Amino acid sequence: MSFLDLKNVTKIYPNGTKAVHETSLSINEGEFMVFVGPSGCGKSTLLRMVAGLEDITKGDINLEGKLINEVDPSERDVAMVFQNYALYPHMNVYNNLAYGLKNRGIDKQTIEKKVNDAAKLLQISDYLQRKPSMLSGGQRQRVAMGRAIVRNPKIFLFDEPLSNLDAKLRIQMRLEIKKLQQKVGVTSIFVTHDQVEAMTLADRLAVINNGIIEQLGTPIEIYDNPKSLFVAGFIGSPQMNFLDGNLKNKTLSAEGFEIKDINSDFEGEVTLGIRPEHLSQTENGLINLKVDLVEQLGSDNLVYGQLKDKKDFCYRCPGNQTIEKGTNLSLNIENNKYYIFDKSTGKRVN
Amino acid sequence: MKIKPLQILAHIILILGVLLMVVPIWISFASSTHDSVSILTEGMKFNIGEYFSRNYNEVLNEKGGWSEEVTAAKMFINSFIMALGIATLKVTISAMSAYALVYYRFKLAIPIFWLIFITLLVPLEVRIFPTYKIVSDLGLTNSYTGLILPLVASATATFFFRQFYRTIPDELLESAKLDGANSWRFFIDFLVPLSKTMIAAMFIFMFVYGYSQYLWPLIMTTSEKYWTVVMGMKIIFTESYEGVALPRTAERFAYIILSMLPPVLVVVILQKWFIKGLIQTEK
Repeated sequence: MSFLDLKNVTKIYPNGTKAVHETSLSINEGEFMVFVGPSGCGKSTLLRMVAGLEDITKGDINLEGKLINEVDPSERDVAMVFQNYALYPHMNVYNNLAYGLKNRGIDKQTIEKKVNDAAKLLQISDYLQRKPSMLSGGQRQRVAMGRAIVRNPKIFLFDEPLSNLDAKLRIQMRLEIKKLQQKVGVTSIFVTHDQVEAMTLADRLAVINNGIIEQLGTPIEIYDNPKSLFVAGFIGSPQMNFLDGNLKNKTLSAEGFEIKDINSDFEGEVTLGIRPEHLSQTENGLINLKVDLVEQLGSDNLVYGQLKDKKDFCYRCPGNQTIEKGTNLSLNIENNKYYIFDKSTGKRVN
Repeated sequence: MKIKPLQILAHIILILGVLLMVVPIWISFASSTHDSVSILTEGMKFNIGEYFSRNYNEVLNEKGGWSEEVTAAKMFINSFIMALGIATLKVTISAMSAYALVYYRFKLAIPIFWLIFITLLVPLEVRIFPTYKIVSDLGLTNSYTGLILPLVASATATFFFRQFYRTIPDELLESAKLDGANSWRFFIDFLVPLSKTMIAAMFIFMFVYGYSQYLWPLIMTTSEKYWTVVMGMKIIFTESYEGVALPRTAERFAYIILSMLPPVLVVVILQKWFIKGLIQTEK
């Protein structure tokens, strides 16, 4: 039996919208699970059902083998960090942290000790007497996490907690959340729409689309081996290139080139996916790219251009190469790293 | 800094406005420190006279009214109790009903809200007979309960509290829920402290409203023990039986000055929050 078990969990809102559809998922103790997907895909709803803030229309949620469908949020022993932090504006930081403990009837000395420990861990000891309005975004974020940690919950739930921070702080807090989770070792679920956040934080990743988990696995599994067109397009930055083609007798023919000996018996219309970083320049390569634009990131260059059939295409090359606008590049796919999807269902076929 | 002509004009207008408000009060106060005879013969006074302590002492301690049962001091106490009761209960009840309307999403919340709102169209004066009938059937005439109870519901305050609660983000409630706060705790630990400026503002409005009630206490009190200040203003120190005694004008001025104090005090004490409540929505 795993730590947290979701069985056929479904959420239908009173107005008939189906937010989460028959989702089953097991999360192990101490695991950092990330739900990633576009806005409105149901990832937050799923998280809120675990927290107890949304009713479960159908299905079961078990925590440590105990059914918690009907258990009150405060009794579930879960702590949540909200997108806007939801700090208590009229209480100082100390009371923000202590409030949940007070409601549990814990004595004053224990509360003080717990709050001080958590504050030390998060380096907010100096602000304990301040009101949230006097804190910066990063400090508020820490207080929100402190409020979760101080209660020693069984699960941390993060609902896009980094999206209100600026880019630099976001990267820093991302690292801190990961470090903290490893230090404290609490099972965590983290919801985000940012695939970089998802890749960097997750032990395991659930890519969610339209209320369904499209793929579940470690970040590298998902990156290396996307099972559907949606996952392939969603994970990876810049996005995977998609080309139309036709698969017949293990041969794929696309506009301008052919790939032979494909490991698939599928026949028909397909979409070929190639990651920008899985290409290299050679003479007489498969793909001819006319360069429109080069983005220099320093470590890498992102080369955007068009293929013969005017399709947009992106190629990522090391930053030390200089590529001029307007040149024609001849590219090969490295190590046969390409993905083929059934065009009608989006399922991977090779 | 150079002062522009427009600013001078603005200040003149403001100063005139201030004079318009302050001068009558000053005249009342100055006149209250003179002898009634000199006011009657020489008109109202602008300077301070020498009868301050005598007049105010008489006003507070002399028994007045038809049956000589009530002193002005007693009337002040009555009015204060009535205004305090009305203000406290109005604020409490409105805050709680707004809480119910906003956070308990029952089906009829919106119709009920409008029903409450419509009562603004039916002030006490319109429903005074049924109200009197009920209060007298309950045996509450000549009691503080009777003075206060029919006035404790407030659509205005409910409306303001409702609007305020609706601006509080849902996450706060959810977070509080996860922290183990039940509905009552959420109200006491969150909504009350967050709306304290609004509570202060409402309290002031309602206190002044309760303090200046005239018709209702006039109708429902038959015993002079429950007379209020505003009623007394009409009745007290007017016993000028023709040819027997002079009207006691100076004492009446003193009475007017005293009657202004309680609302002024409430405003002074609560004004810090009151102004905050008017100019900002603190979150």
